Amino acid sequence: MPKRTDIQKILVVGSGPIVIGQACEFDYSGTQGAKALREEGYNVVLVNSNPATIMTDPQLAERTYIEPLTPEFLEMIIERERPQAMLSTLGGQTALNLATALAERGVLAKYGVELLGAKLEAIRKAEDRQLFKAAMQEASLDLPKSRIVTDIRELQEVSRDLGFPIIIRASFTLGGTGGGIAYHLEELRSCVAAALEASPVKRVLLEESVIGWKEYELEVMRDGKDNFVVICSIENLDPMGVHTGDSITVAPAQTLTDRQYQEMRDEAKRAVSVIGVETGGCNVQFGVDPKTGRRVIIEINPRVSRSSALASKATGFPIAKIATKLAVGYSLDEIPNDITRKTPASFEPAIDYVVTKVPRFAFEKFQSSSEYTLDTTMKSVGEVMAIGRTFKESIQKALRSLEIGKAGLESGEFALGEQPSAAEEERLLRKLSLPCAERVFAVKAALQRGLFPKEIADISSIDPWFLHQFQELVAFEQALKRSPLTPQLLREAKALGFSDEQIGKLCARSAASVRRLRRRWDLRPAFSSVDTCAAEFEAETPYFYSTYSSTPPPRSVRKGEGRAKNRKIAILGSGPNRIGQGIEFDYCCVHASQALKAAGYRTIMINCNPETVSTDYDISDRLYFEPLTLEDVLEVLDFERPEGVIVQFGGQTPLNLTQGLHRAGIRILGTSSASIDMAESRERFGALLKRLRIPAPAYGIAGGVRHALRIARRIGYPVMVRPSYVLGGRAMETVYDEASLKQYVLRAAKASEHPALLIDRFLSDATEVDVDAVCDGKNVFIGGIMEHIEEAGIHSGDSACTIPAHSLTPEQLERISDYTHRLARALKVVGLLNIQFAVKDNVVYVLEANPRASRTVPFVSKATGLPLAKIAARVMAGASLKGLLPKELLGHKIPPLPYTATKEVVLPFIKFRGVDPMLGPEMKSTGEVMGIDLDFSRSFAKGQLASGMSLPVSGAVFISVRDQDKPEILPVATALRQFGFTIHATKNTHRFFERHGIEAKHVYKLGEGKPDAIDLLKQRSLSLVINTPSGKRSHSDGFAIRRTALELNIPTITNIHSCQAALGAVAVLRQAPLQVCALQDYHKRLAYKAPSL
Amino acid sequence: MDEMKKPAVLALEDGSVFRGFSCGAQGESSGELVFNTSMMGYQEVLTDPSYKGQLVVMTYPQIGNYGITAADYESARPFLEGFVVWELCRHPSNWESVETVDFFLKRNGTPGIEGVDTRALTIRLRQAGSLRAVLSSVDLDAERLIRKARQCPPMSGQNLAKAVSCSKPYEWTGRRDGQRSAGSRTRGHHVIVFDFGVKRGILRCLGSLGCRVSVVPAWTSAAEALALRPDGIVLSNGPGDPEPLSDVAKEIRRLVETGLPTLGICLGHQLLGLAFGGRTFKLKFGHHGSNHPVQDLRTGRIEITSQNHGFCVDMQSLPADLETTHINLNDRTSEGMRHRSLPIFSVQYHPEASAGPHDSRYIFERFAQAMARREGGRKAHA
Ligand SMILES: Nc1ncnc2c1ncn2[C@@H]1O[C@H](COP(=O)(O)OP(=O)(O)O)[C@@H](O)[C@H]1O
Ligand SMILES: Nc1ncnc2c1ncn2[C@@H]1O[C@H](COP(=O)(O)OP(=O)(O)O)[C@@H](O)[C@H]1O
Ligand SMILES: [Mg+2]
Ligand SMILES: [Mg+2]
Repeated sequence: MPKRTDIQKILVVGSGPIVIGQACEFDYSGTQGAKALREEGYNVVLVNSNPATIMTDPQLAERTYIEPLTPEFLEMIIERERPQAMLSTLGGQTALNLATALAERGVLAKYGVELLGAKLEAIRKAEDRQLFKAAMQEASLDLPKSRIVTDIRELQEVSRDLGFPIIIRASFTLGGTGGGIAYHLEELRSCVAAALEASPVKRVLLEESVIGWKEYELEVMRDGKDNFVVICSIENLDPMGVHTGDSITVAPAQTLTDRQYQEMRDEAKRAVSVIGVETGGCNVQFGVDPKTGRRVIIEINPRVSRSSALASKATGFPIAKIATKLAVGYSLDEIPNDITRKTPASFEPAIDYVVTKVPRFAFEKFQSSSEYTLDTTMKSVGEVMAIGRTFKESIQKALRSLEIGKAGLESGEFALGEQPSAAEEERLLRKLSLPCAERVFAVKAALQRGLFPKEIADISSIDPWFLHQFQELVAFEQALKRSPLTPQLLREAKALGFSDEQIGKLCARSAASVRRLRRRWDLRPAFSSVDTCAAEFEAETPYFYSTYSSTPPPRSVRKGEGRAKNRKIAILGSGPNRIGQGIEFDYCCVHASQALKAAGYRTIMINCNPETVSTDYDISDRLYFEPLTLEDVLEVLDFERPEGVIVQFGGQTPLNLTQGLHRAGIRILGTSSASIDMAESRERFGALLKRLRIPAPAYGIAGGVRHALRIARRIGYPVMVRPSYVLGGRAMETVYDEASLKQYVLRAAKASEHPALLIDRFLSDATEVDVDAVCDGKNVFIGGIMEHIEEAGIHSGDSACTIPAHSLTPEQLERISDYTHRLARALKVVGLLNIQFAVKDNVVYVLEANPRASRTVPFVSKATGLPLAKIAARVMAGASLKGLLPKELLGHKIPPLPYTATKEVVLPFIKFRGVDPMLGPEMKSTGEVMGIDLDFSRSFAKGQLASGMSLPVSGAVFISVRDQDKPEILPVATALRQFGFTIHATKNTHRFFERHGIEAKHVYKLGEGKPDAIDLLKQRSLSLVINTPSGKRSHSDGFAIRRTALELNIPTITNIHSCQAALGAVAVLRQAPLQVCALQDYHKRLAYKAPSL
Repeated sequence: MDEMKKPAVLALEDGSVFRGFSCGAQGESSGELVFNTSMMGYQEVLTDPSYKGQLVVMTYPQIGNYGITAADYESARPFLEGFVVWELCRHPSNWESVETVDFFLKRNGTPGIEGVDTRALTIRLRQAGSLRAVLSSVDLDAERLIRKARQCPPMSGQNLAKAVSCSKPYEWTGRRDGQRSAGSRTRGHHVIVFDFGVKRGILRCLGSLGCRVSVVPAWTSAAEALALRPDGIVLSNGPGDPEPLSDVAKEIRRLVETGLPTLGICLGHQLLGLAFGGRTFKLKFGHHGSNHPVQDLRTGRIEITSQNHGFCVDMQSLPADLETTHINLNDRTSEGMRHRSLPIFSVQYHPEASAGPHDSRYIFERFAQAMARREGGRKAHA
């Protein structure tokens, strides 16, 4: 079938902000999709609220809308653009839900928009568990038994039918609330009661548990001719009961016979066909009873997914791209396989290596009380993938890619001594039985302790096959410890995936000395290509992984080495997504690669995150899917010999490698490692600021309690404390008095052997400002000065901000710009520089300077049309700013924007039970959105809507604020009253309102009487909560209110400054509906001409 | 590390030498070296008689993960000459597993080698084409082994089918299929299967269609076969070159002239081609794997197929009576044909799969329909 010519314009829907369960894999798929459509000559209209995406780069579509992903906004875009079709299978659950909503509201019919890929019927059948069950039964597939429950009284009978444990399905409830596992009636009652309360339809699905079964996923594709292929099979190491997103997974499936696997394939084929997925990629999940082989289908996602991104990276088969082509009418045989170029896409990749994915968690940021166990709702924030010839090699590579301080499969904190106590053994066994983030390390410890794989399998339900693989590693380690290191033994160690660091630890050597031995013995990895066909055909696409299970060809015969005409530059990626380092950095890496390619360089990308655009094989000239450790990176560089390496774009990950690379003689492009060190070292940086006469908060570095108290007394409370060695705001706290400081210091001393603490004067009520700039050593270009909404003290990554600044004076802006210029030059920055300022009492302080890409680079680039990362990459490769940019952009004056862009963040609190949804100096957000409009209030309103906060225009507001915020709440309350809101306030706030003549109803705090604030929330009689906590007690009375509001999805404001901004937004929302406008149109209004790079 | 490991050597006629460790049986063997890209289904590969005369390299590096099961034999024992892997699993895990591959190989006297860079080997074979090789754990002298490899007879011209065929006719009764027998109730069509090295998968598929299946030796004459009063003839898969089987092709020619529904599979497909006057040729490194896309030219549909052949029908050489029905989308070689007027058709790939996707089982149903139509036609005549 040729492509369709009856449609010309297609709306592609993105997935919005990064949240747990929906991350940058959808930027990867959306970008592929948009490119594929353009390639076919379609007119692409794209919508996504997330500015940190490659897909929203204005060059990627005819029209790009950075607007909230709500049915209302989508309808406006459709009305304006009149696309004939909509592709909603690339934007995760968000896009699928939008498609459903638009179809159900009749919008699609009204404007004649056709759904491509999956039709409404198919989406419904896959999403609605009852329809799903019926469909699967029609295709004679087995499912876990299930029952719909509407009343708590049915539970006894239902539980008798299903048997414990029982799975409570989150699909009918909001954001995963109430989803989980109940082991007994008591637990079931409370879970179901909570779920029923949260469920708008008052229905909950209970399901027979198949916990402990083997879990599998098939990534499949279907075309309009009913051709069907499986791209990849995935086996979970963590059995059923742990969400696949939180499981260690392996591709291809390891422990099924061909017949068992093919039966699964047959079932997937039937299932996809009854669901009615017409074309595209699909994810099908199965559970398999390890004792009997009984197989049940768990779910189908009729769209590309996190797993399909993984499958694409694992096999080299670009699922999203092909799915897009299928959606516009092609069939699989009409599309060539990009990798071989000679064979068609209608085949099933054969791979000759093992791929392992390991999730990365962020529990330490949300630790409220208990140790977290994993369950059926996803909690990880990122993942790594590694490729090795065997599972052993690949999991070791994956574990060291995680950047959690493990050099491979190490037992670390779980290692038992020679004579462990019963309690220690007990703890280890518990770690094995309860799935948790660190379980694989506990497994290692247990094997070292002498437990048999069979015993561990019985406790953990992990398949013995995996445990025997681990056992082989443990056995090898013992051999390694016993015998002298020979070339043969070292070769074996490397083939088993051991890193130099691990080997060093086992042989009492340094990693560097192991490396030297390897050099001496000429032990190097081979770089094999990911070719979709197990070497059956020659591969064209340069996508590689390292392995020591293959012999590298001799240096002399390396193809295309040395004589390449183009100059080569390597770019280091940012590794697994985590809170504080996510998609923004990948965006910068991709931009660097694009800009350098366009300038005639050959680019080499090194990264290990399968979700990203940077690891798409057609972004760079060569892609190495490798851990970002010094060892692995050096091997690639040694093989490729680029003229330099870029470490500025991948966040802290590559920056941490700078010194090591430098010492190994690698040329770091851009800002020197000495300058990086200067900016990172608090003392040297402090001295620099002093020399430049740039104000900074007073600070000191403390060794112990007494020292800390002395420093704090000198600089005055409140102070900001943090361990001096951590970054990303980890364990950072604002401390108001001596007692709390003492507590903090003692806690820190217990947590680590580096007791040094950084103590800063806390600038309370200061306005925080972020600046992103590029410097070429001489000239400085300021991309944007962003003013934060929340005051300093809320981590810059968690606060909303606007560009242009909305309240700073021209004189303050001038000073900020001046400091930026001076610092950039003093630090001899070549490339990007991010500076955080705080403005208090008309003094501009510098909080920190990061000579690297920052989280806000994509936001600034989208807002201004100036691609900062591309400009920086060119500068690092030797270009001058003067040559790249128009003159007017290089002075001290910031070019004016004739509109406003606001960045707002999204927070993952809902996923972490019992955690107070409060902001502070430690970053907690997972992602961001951008609102763009003509003025600040409108752009802020859009930012709120896009981040999921539906600000009300009428109704009842609950207000409870701390004393220091009371003066500032007055104008807010007055305005809310004028808008016709009723106000409910707790005792003190109420009294305060009374005194100031603001009409408010008194509402009880918890325990004061009934009905209290929580009751009001549960009755859904409040449409907005304003609650600022008192600074000194972190868990104040407000906690229950904030948590309940969060769980009921009631908009909540916890910061007085956001409150004022929100009020402005409510005001504009009350006036007239917001309008949509394409990014390309905003950029047309700019006074300067953006360079095309 | 493992002191128990005994060295083994794989030497190729082009002079390349791969050293590794012995697995399976000790000893020495030789043959043509081919690679197979299936990620699962090594047991089916091991027991597929079509590998007679060949050593097989598995491109997937971890083999033996689920051990050996009772239900996945394609014949009673391994026929391949040697098994080449990167790593053989000593601790399989699966609810059906009964023994390890290592033990299975030992038990059957089949030598293997592990620790070989199978990817490098595969690339070698892709570039040079299939090569003759010797695998040995008793002679470790590379030079000598290379010489032996060069002396080993080439596949072309060898009559291997006779070596693996059953020696006397038998009736297939096994139904270890596990599949619900699809649709058609036992109509009891009598199918004669010429055994050139038949895989049980074919017999299972026929069995599950309700056929009565008689397996006869490769050298059975047309007259002998017809004396069994068949409703249909299946020409099975088998090892090696079809050309030396010209006498068999002659008998097939006689059979097809009777108009009996006939299904050729793999070697059977090639023999049909020869019977109708066509030619075959040797592929560079053959097709061995379970991910080959084949297009049914009539429906346009694509099936992902299981393949195992080193020789191929030259489509240009076929008479006008025969029509190409299927082609391989990777290299556009012949994958299926049919007679324009008689109920005779064949496929180069393995519609029974094992190992591989079940996309092509419809071929057996077509065959059953052809038998039913013929029966219907006869009844109408009567
Ligand atoms: N009946 C069940 N018994 C045990 N675990 C289950 C069951 N159903 C689902 N799970 C587990 O919960 C996870 C999430 O369920 P799934 O239906 O895939 O929802 P999601 O839409 O979040 O992916 C699965 O990956 C699986 O591990
Ligand atoms: N002296 C200070 N006074 C007030 N707030 C501060 C001070 N220092 C840091 N902060 C706040 O803490 C946040 C994190 O601190 P920062 O030094 O930027 O660490 P990170 O390396 O995590 O970005 C800042 O964004 C700011 O809001
Ligand atoms: Mg799922
Ligand atoms: Mg910061």
